[in-house]
Amino acid sequence: MKLSEIKEILNADVIVGEDKLDIEVKTAFGADLMSDVLAFAKAGSLLLTGLTNTQVVRIANVLDIAAIILVRGKKPPVETISMARNLQIPILTTKYILFETAGRLYSKGIVGCLEKVEPGSE
Amino acid sequence: MNPAVNKSEDTLNKYSFNIEGGNFNDAGTVSTRIKSILKQKGLPNDVVRKSAIVCYEAEINIVSYARKGTVNLTITAETVEIEVIDEGPGIPDIEQAMEQGYSTANQQIREMGFGAGMGLHNINSYSDKFDITSEVNKGTFLKMIINNPQSTKDL
Repeated sequence: MKLSEIKEILNADVIVGEDKLDIEVKTAFGADLMSDVLAFAKAGSLLLTGLTNTQVVRIANVLDIAAIILVRGKKPPVETISMARNLQIPILTTKYILFETAGRLYSKGIVGCLEKVEPGSE
Repeated sequence: MNPAVNKSEDTLNKYSFNIEGGNFNDAGTVSTRIKSILKQKGLPNDVVRKSAIVCYEAEINIVSYARKGTVNLTITAETVEIEVIDEGPGIPDIEQAMEQGYSTANQQIREMGFGAGMGLHNINSYSDKFDITSEVNKGTFLKMIINNPQSTKDL
């Protein structure tokens, strides 16, 4: 699914990456705990989170995350926006809560980047 | 900002990076550098990912708790070796610190999305070999080895 469709489904605003809306994504991961994002999010996935500090962008960069979706109407601070611009990582923000964001995307075909955490998930 | 890189002269596959304690703005920059070095060397994605994850958590620990630290990266055909040495308070009870959920993090660390007692646990589960020693009021030493199953030649 294209990022432009995700923007429509979530009624999201694009904060960074207006020129990258044709990126294709199939999977997502959602968490506010960055240790879990590091441990479980996979390259090419969307990252759904409510955290807006620069760590989110740096981790997205290290993990090759396709785009960051901020939930619950969060607006990132300027440092986060400028870092995302430099690293060319799209940031969208939606007013939907994490549960609704995930549910709406799932019902349109986006799936988890992993289904369950089990020994060996790493 | 790029962290200081001291590239050893005897071999092209050893790197060393300094980390300043308390500098939350730069937390993660060493891992970002290490990731791009490993990618550039053509190591398999999985090896790059595991190395970046363990280094990131170790870096967050230095920034959160230590005065300063050093990360030494050594790349061989079969492994990626990451040593993390810090000067800081040390860990009195390593077994307890390794438990999932045990943390002494303050509010600032938690607001960044860390400090949930997952760091050392993640480092342990993403390393193929993990050693940790610590001395109270001196510092902590970590050594993580990630195996490269494809054994990259011509690094």
